[in-house]
Amino acid sequence: MRFERRLLLRERGTGVLEKLWQIPWIFVLLLCAVGGVGYVALYSAGGGGPEPYAQRHAIRFGFGLVLMLSIALVDIRLIARYAWVGYAGGIGLLVMVALHGQVGGGAQRWLDLGGFQLQPSELMKILLVVALAAWFQKASWERMGNPIFLIPPILAVLLPAALILKQPNLGTALITLMVGGAVFFAAGVRLWKFALVLGAAAVAAPIAYENLRDYQRARITTFLDPESDPLGAGYNIIQSKIALGSGGFWGKGFLQGTQGHLNFLPEKQTDFIFTMLAEEFGLVGALSVLGLLACVIAFGFLVALRSRHQFGRLLAVGLATNFFMYVFVNIAMVTGAIPVGGVPLPLISHGGSAMLTAMVGFGLLMSAHVHRDAEMGPTRDEQ
Amino acid sequence: MSRRQREEERVRGIFGRRALLLGAGQMGLLGFLAHRLHRLQITEGERYATLAEENRLSARLLAPPRGRVLDRNGHIIAGNQLNWRALLTAEQTTDVGATLETFGRIVPLTEAERARIERDVRRRRRFVPVTVRDFLTWEEMARIELNAPDLPGISVDVGTTRIYPEADHLAHIVGYVAPPAERDMDGDPLLELPGIRVGRSGIERHHDLALRGRAGAVQMEVNAVGRIIRELDRREGVQGQDVQLSVDSGLTKTLRGKIEEGTSVVLMDARNGEVLAMATQPSFDPNLFNSGVSNAQWREWTRNRATPLINKATNGLYAPGSTFKMVVALAGLEARVVTPGERIFCPGHMDLGESRFHCWNRGGHGAMDMRAALKYSCDVYFYELAKRLGIDRIAAMGRRFGLGVPLDIELPGIRNGLMPTREWRQAQGRSWALGDTVVHGIGQGFYQLTPLQLATMTARLATGRAVQPHLTRSIGGRPVRGTRAEDWPSLGIPERDLRLVREAMWAVVNEQGGTARIARLPNELGAMAGKTGTTQVRRVTREQRERGYRVDQVPREWRPHALFVAFAPHDNPVFAVSVIVEHGSSGSAAAAPLARDVLIEAFQQLRPGPGGAFGARVAAATRPAGGGRP
Repeated sequence: MRFERRLLLRERGTGVLEKLWQIPWIFVLLLCAVGGVGYVALYSAGGGGPEPYAQRHAIRFGFGLVLMLSIALVDIRLIARYAWVGYAGGIGLLVMVALHGQVGGGAQRWLDLGGFQLQPSELMKILLVVALAAWFQKASWERMGNPIFLIPPILAVLLPAALILKQPNLGTALITLMVGGAVFFAAGVRLWKFALVLGAAAVAAPIAYENLRDYQRARITTFLDPESDPLGAGYNIIQSKIALGSGGFWGKGFLQGTQGHLNFLPEKQTDFIFTMLAEEFGLVGALSVLGLLACVIAFGFLVALRSRHQFGRLLAVGLATNFFMYVFVNIAMVTGAIPVGGVPLPLISHGGSAMLTAMVGFGLLMSAHVHRDAEMGPTRDEQ
Repeated sequence: MSRRQREEERVRGIFGRRALLLGAGQMGLLGFLAHRLHRLQITEGERYATLAEENRLSARLLAPPRGRVLDRNGHIIAGNQLNWRALLTAEQTTDVGATLETFGRIVPLTEAERARIERDVRRRRRFVPVTVRDFLTWEEMARIELNAPDLPGISVDVGTTRIYPEADHLAHIVGYVAPPAERDMDGDPLLELPGIRVGRSGIERHHDLALRGRAGAVQMEVNAVGRIIRELDRREGVQGQDVQLSVDSGLTKTLRGKIEEGTSVVLMDARNGEVLAMATQPSFDPNLFNSGVSNAQWREWTRNRATPLINKATNGLYAPGSTFKMVVALAGLEARVVTPGERIFCPGHMDLGESRFHCWNRGGHGAMDMRAALKYSCDVYFYELAKRLGIDRIAAMGRRFGLGVPLDIELPGIRNGLMPTREWRQAQGRSWALGDTVVHGIGQGFYQLTPLQLATMTARLATGRAVQPHLTRSIGGRPVRGTRAEDWPSLGIPERDLRLVREAMWAVVNEQGGTARIARLPNELGAMAGKTGTTQVRRVTREQRERGYRVDQVPREWRPHALFVAFAPHDNPVFAVSVIVEHGSSGSAAAAPLARDVLIEAFQQLRPGPGGAFGARVAAATRPAGGGRP
């Protein structure tokens, strides 16, 4: 009887205490560690003080934690049910930003929500993952092989990607495509179809390059040869590499980074925060942070593998991939491995929007974990 | 197992494989990042560490004040003056051209100035400021400061600039300074600084290294826009040392007031070779070089036939005329081709083959011994002596007196002159004729000697020692050469011979019939010993002579040069002087009285002798470098 009752509770998902018990506190601690790294980095980026970055970062992180835990308690079936509503909302925000958005760095990306700056493209990627997971959750292997079935989700990926590209924000648009692709891949779309798309992309790339904005092209050429314009577009990447490399094995010490503190390092509190860390804490510090972030990603995959329903699995893989994309693009960018694009390092970089969306993502991931055994109802084919 | 369960297992299996693939792929990419970090931070770490240091550190040089040049009494000949100037630091502006454009609207810049600034900017490193404009007025400074926000990279700075209070009086000695040219860049980082000057001629050039000092340096930490964050290390420079000269600026000024264009006066301390005054006309104002000489000014200087930029006392070349006869006499005595008492008859001319060589006294001097021949400047006597000696022995004696040889004076680029020899003539592809030797016996012919060499000759006659003319008394308070006659080696000429010549020179001035009797000193100053000289610049033809040639009837530039050399007092020589008046017609009438006036001024202003301070002022007159007025 007691066993039955527990099952029932879990089925309905109403026991708040029970759910709190299910929350992976180890993961919460892991996130706190990453957030702490952010505090330390921003303390240094702020010239050795809590103002102007570190203090606000801590407050945002605390707020984000509450938001994350709240989302973690939301029933996953509710999330699945309203996935497309969320998706529609995200598209709505993207349209709004296109019409009324704040111009920053030559692109319309920001929406001013009464003192709070929101970058809808960040949120959109999460909403897209949720929507795709909802679309694919009950699809059988046969159904996955049906091209007609794949058309709506493809459009669901292309629409926000196109809107983001229009801002213009090439980097985020590409990340959106890749995150969507990861969900497609995990859901079981036939491999030859991926090969087809990749081949088409290879053919289309030169044509696309022709249509890039000047600054986007400059980024690519600068990436290919940063020394070609050492004081112009190549400056950031060269200074970032100098900062990283000069950190050496043990680093220059906390608050001792010359590149960062003498302003040779651009945007050190946002995009180049990892460089700041690597300069001051060396390879040891850089690999430690990289390790922490890898654990966060690994946790996402762990949640996916342990989930007993396809929605949870796809959601977790999508969110983990989204987080991975941030980490990879940011660090690859500051180490000069890929062209520079305004991608922050989540939980570490200064910025409310990135923090918020990251925490929403982790909230959803935790919800998938808490509700990993939820009964999602009949499969699409059975309906 | 139901169908639904089987289906779920299948989907889950595919998902599991693909999720693992994705996860592994992602971890692999993170591994790639780790590898990349390792490469940057360990493999190439040292290179990047160096680059970071280069970013961080910036060295600024500190210019030490240039040492002053003082005269023998401590009066400033070359000093430093405050100078407000506008500087441009290329790395602080994005567009040098635009900044200069704006600057030009506030303080007009000429095309040439702009070109010079842009050249300097290219030549120097970007953080080294470049002078845009020197000598700003208060009004210009105020306008620049007011418009500072529109003038990125421009800063107003106080520096020092060279000033020559005596203007043109000592210009040929002290020289002038100018901004360093490409060829001056000898690796001394000091030369890159804005407003720095290097010596271009005279003492400024000869003692440039001592005057320049050594640059100090500050190593600073700078941020990305070049702003100084803190000073890491400071190395003080070495101030330029003061150079004290032997010349008397007041005396030089007086003498220059007494002379005309084309005249040179060299006054030396016969005992030690110190040059006390070197006056020539015309001269130039070295202050004009500071701000850059205008093209018009330069044209005026270089096209002026009187050559104001050339120091005639060291670079003017003249035949010595009769002032050379002492050398011939001494050569004759040393070679034993003549004795002091031997009389040579002067009928007014000397015939050699078909040529006739005239004595200046057409009527003839009669029988002349050596003393008389010098006193009356008999030409025939020295024609004969030269014939007996041959040119090479005359030249050898001339060189011992510093004639036609390099002199060790601190003036760059002076002429060595020419003491002709048989060999020299042969090198020209000509043979030496006996007639040439005869003419050279009276100081005419191929000789090219400078007034400084003649003064040196006189000092050596007076002392019998190989005194070298020099200008520097002390550098940085340390004396550079001995001031006593004993510091100089003997010429190796018997005192008896020298006495005879000196005695004859005394007679020239002080005895009835001497060629410079008109120029004897006032009794209270003692007596001077001297020798006149008059050198033709054009050959006087026979027809001219027959028609009654009168010097005052030919154009001035055809008239002979007038020369006089003297030392005084004759029994204890202190001063040696040489005077050349170009186209002065007569050594007796033009040069000798001037030499007398020079010596009177020298006695009055320098006060030699017991109780006088002359000669003993080195320590008192030299102040510590940089301690005086800027």
